[in-house]
Amino acid sequence: MDCNCTNEYKQLDQKDIDFLINLLGADRVLVGENINEDYSHDELGGISKMPEVVAQVLSTEEVAKIMTYAYENTIAVVARGSGTGLVGSSVPIFGGIMIDLTQMNNILEIDEENLTLTVEPGVLLMEIGKFVEDHDLFYPPDPGEKSATIAGNISTNAGGMRAVKYGVTRDYVRALTVVLPTGKVIEVGGKVVKNSSGYSIKDLICGSEGTLGIITKAVLKLLPLPKKTISLLIPFANLETAITTVPKIIKSKAIPTAIEFMQRECILAAEEFLGKKFPDNSADAYLLLTFDGNSKEDIEKDYDRVAKICLDEGAIDVYITDTDERKEAVWSARGAFLEAIKATTTEMDECDVVVPRNRVAEFVKYTDELQEQFNIRIRSFGHAGDGNLHVYVLRDDLPKEQWQKKLHDVFECMYKKSVELEGLVSGEHGIGYAKRPYLFNQLGNDSIDLMKNIKLAFDPKNILNPGKVCQ
Amino acid sequence: MDILVCIKQVPETSKVEVDPVTGVLKRDGVDSKMNPYDLYALETALRIREEVGGTVKVISMGPPQAAEVIREAYMMGADEGVLLSDRKFAGADVLATSYTISQGVRQMGHIDLILCGKQTTDGDTAQVGPEMAEYLAIPHIANAIKIEELKDKSIVVKMDMPNTVEVAEIQFPCLLTVEKEIYQPRLPSYKKKLEIKDREVKMLSLKNFADQDEKRYGLNGSPTQVERIFPPAVNTDKEIWNGSGAELADKLTAKLKKSKFI
Repeated sequence: MDCNCTNEYKQLDQKDIDFLINLLGADRVLVGENINEDYSHDELGGISKMPEVVAQVLSTEEVAKIMTYAYENTIAVVARGSGTGLVGSSVPIFGGIMIDLTQMNNILEIDEENLTLTVEPGVLLMEIGKFVEDHDLFYPPDPGEKSATIAGNISTNAGGMRAVKYGVTRDYVRALTVVLPTGKVIEVGGKVVKNSSGYSIKDLICGSEGTLGIITKAVLKLLPLPKKTISLLIPFANLETAITTVPKIIKSKAIPTAIEFMQRECILAAEEFLGKKFPDNSADAYLLLTFDGNSKEDIEKDYDRVAKICLDEGAIDVYITDTDERKEAVWSARGAFLEAIKATTTEMDECDVVVPRNRVAEFVKYTDELQEQFNIRIRSFGHAGDGNLHVYVLRDDLPKEQWQKKLHDVFECMYKKSVELEGLVSGEHGIGYAKRPYLFNQLGNDSIDLMKNIKLAFDPKNILNPGKVCQ
Repeated sequence: MDILVCIKQVPETSKVEVDPVTGVLKRDGVDSKMNPYDLYALETALRIREEVGGTVKVISMGPPQAAEVIREAYMMGADEGVLLSDRKFAGADVLATSYTISQGVRQMGHIDLILCGKQTTDGDTAQVGPEMAEYLAIPHIANAIKIEELKDKSIVVKMDMPNTVEVAEIQFPCLLTVEKEIYQPRLPSYKKKLEIKDREVKMLSLKNFADQDEKRYGLNGSPTQVERIFPPAVNTDKEIWNGSGAELADKLTAKLKKSKFI
C-alpha cells in the first residue's frame, strides 16, 4: 500500500535537530544514515516511510518537552515500541520525529497490597510475565508476540490467548501517565478497583494506537498466579468438526483460558521453522484448550467434561499436555505460527476480524472457499474461543499487480462476510493505516465523525500519529 | 521385539531447592512427573514397536505413589508395567539402585532391548542405565541420538560422545540410554486413560527377587557417602563478539560446529 497523503507538517531542519540533541544528547538522537531501516515499518502493515529523526527517550519529561516543541512547531510525531504491530500504526507516514520508547524499560514497582505492577512503556511483555510470576502473581493478557512492549499492547488493546477466561489488555490497565499532543502530562485512572469518575479517558487511550497521547507509565492489574495449567491438544479429522465443537465447549460452562484452533499446514510450517517436531501432526485440524487452577485434581475435573464433549463430537483423541516440557513442545509451535507462515511465502497480509463465537466455523469455512475461488493460499489459526481469527493471505509467486488486486478482492469478501456475521474489523491488531477503509465501511459517518472529534479534542493540530485509525 | 523401558518419578519443577541446613532436597508441595528423558526412551520403544511389533513394558522403582508414572506410560501406549517398591529399597545410591532394578528386570520375562533416559533430572548421574547393564551382563550404549537401523539380531545406533558422534552396532539383548534428540515424545492420551482405568500396575518387593540379601539393597547396599547436595549451577555465560559481518558469520559457524549444532 502506498501512502498518498500530502505533508502539511514542518520539515525538520538543523534547529529542530539541535533542540533534540540539546535535550537528549547526541547519542540518543538518530539522523540520516544512523536511522536503522527497521524504524520505517512494522511487521506487516504493507507501508513504510523513514522518520526524519529518531529520539530515544528515557523519561516522561523528555517526551513532554519533545511534544511541546513539536506542537509549537507543527511537527508530526509518532511513538514506537518494538515495532511488532501488524497494521502500520507505528509507521511515520508523514516523516517527522519518531519517539522510540524502548529504552524506558524499567519495572518501577510491584505493589502486593493492591496487586498492581507499575511499569515504563518499553518493558517487554515477556519480562512482565516472568517478573510477576516470580512473585506468585499473574498478568493474564497473553498475545503471541512476547517481544512487544507493554505500551504497544495497551495501544492496540491486545487480546491474546487467555481472553476467553480473563479478558484483554484493557481489563488489566488500572492507570496511565500520558503525554498529550500538546505536551501536557495527565494521569488517568489510579490504583483503584472501581472508578466512576467522569469519562474514562484511560479506556479511550487503550486501543487508540498512539493517536491520542503517548503512554509513559502504566499501572497494571495483577491476579494471584494459578498454580497449575494443563492444556489439551485435540485432533480432529477436519477443521469444520473441530470448530463446530467450540460453541458446545462454551455452552458446557467449563471455562478454559484459551481455545485455539490450528491446521496441519500451520503445524508443519512451524516444525520446519523451529526445526523441531510437534508432538502430533497426524490430524488435519486441532483444538488447543488450556485450563488453569490450583491443583491438578481440580483441573482434571474441569477438563474431563470437555474432553468427553470433544470425543462425542468426533475428536480423534484428546492429548494431555501437563508438564513444562510438553507445554513447551506444543506452545512454542503455537507461538511461532505467524513467523513460520511468513517464512513459507514471499509476502502476506492478514485480516484479524472478530465474529460472535458461534459464527467462527462459518467464517473459517468461508475463507476456505475463497482460497478455491481466488486460487490463492490462505492460512488461518487463532482464537476460536473468543471469535478472533487471524487469516493470512499469501502472495507466493504472484506478480505484484495481480497480488494487490487479489488481496484487495479477498479482503473485501472477508470483511463483507464478517459484517454479515455481525463481527468487527479488528479483534486485537488494530486499524492503524492498513485497515482504515474497512473500518470506515463498517462504522459509517456518524461513528467516524465522533472518533474524529475525539481525536481533535486531544490533538488540535493533528500532529500525533496523523493519518491513522479514523483519518 | 520385547522392549523394557526404565522410568522414574521426579519432582515436577526444574527449580530444585535444597534445604541449606540439612542439605536435603525440598520435596514438600512439589508435584511429580515422569523424568523428561524417560519420555524419549518410552517414545523410542513405542516407535520400534510400531515398526516391528512386540511389547513395551515399563519398570520403575519408588514409593507406591510412583505407580502414577506407570499409569502415565500406559496413557502413552505401554502394555504393562512393574513397580519395585519396598521400604528396604529406600536410601539407595546409584549402585544399590542399579542392582535393585537389575533384579527386577530378571522377573520381567524375555527382553530384547532395555531403554533408559540419558539421566534423571533429580539425580543427574547418568549412571544407573549402564550400571544396570553391567549387572545384567549385557552390552550397552549411552547417549543414543538416533536409531540408524533395526536389524533382526542387532541395532545400529548413533551416539553423542563428548567430542565426536559415533555409530555403533550392538547385539540384542542390550541396553541403550537415549538423548532428547532421538524422537519428540507423544502426549498422553485421554482415550487411553479411559481404556486403562482398570489395568493393573504389578508391584514387586524384595521377597520376589532371586537375591534376597538385604545388604545389597537400600541404604545397606549403598557405599556412597553424600557429603553435600546442591543444585547444579545455572550457566548464563554470554559472549559478545565484535567484527564485520563476514568475520562474525565465520566465528558463529565455527562455534556452532564446535558445539555440534551443525
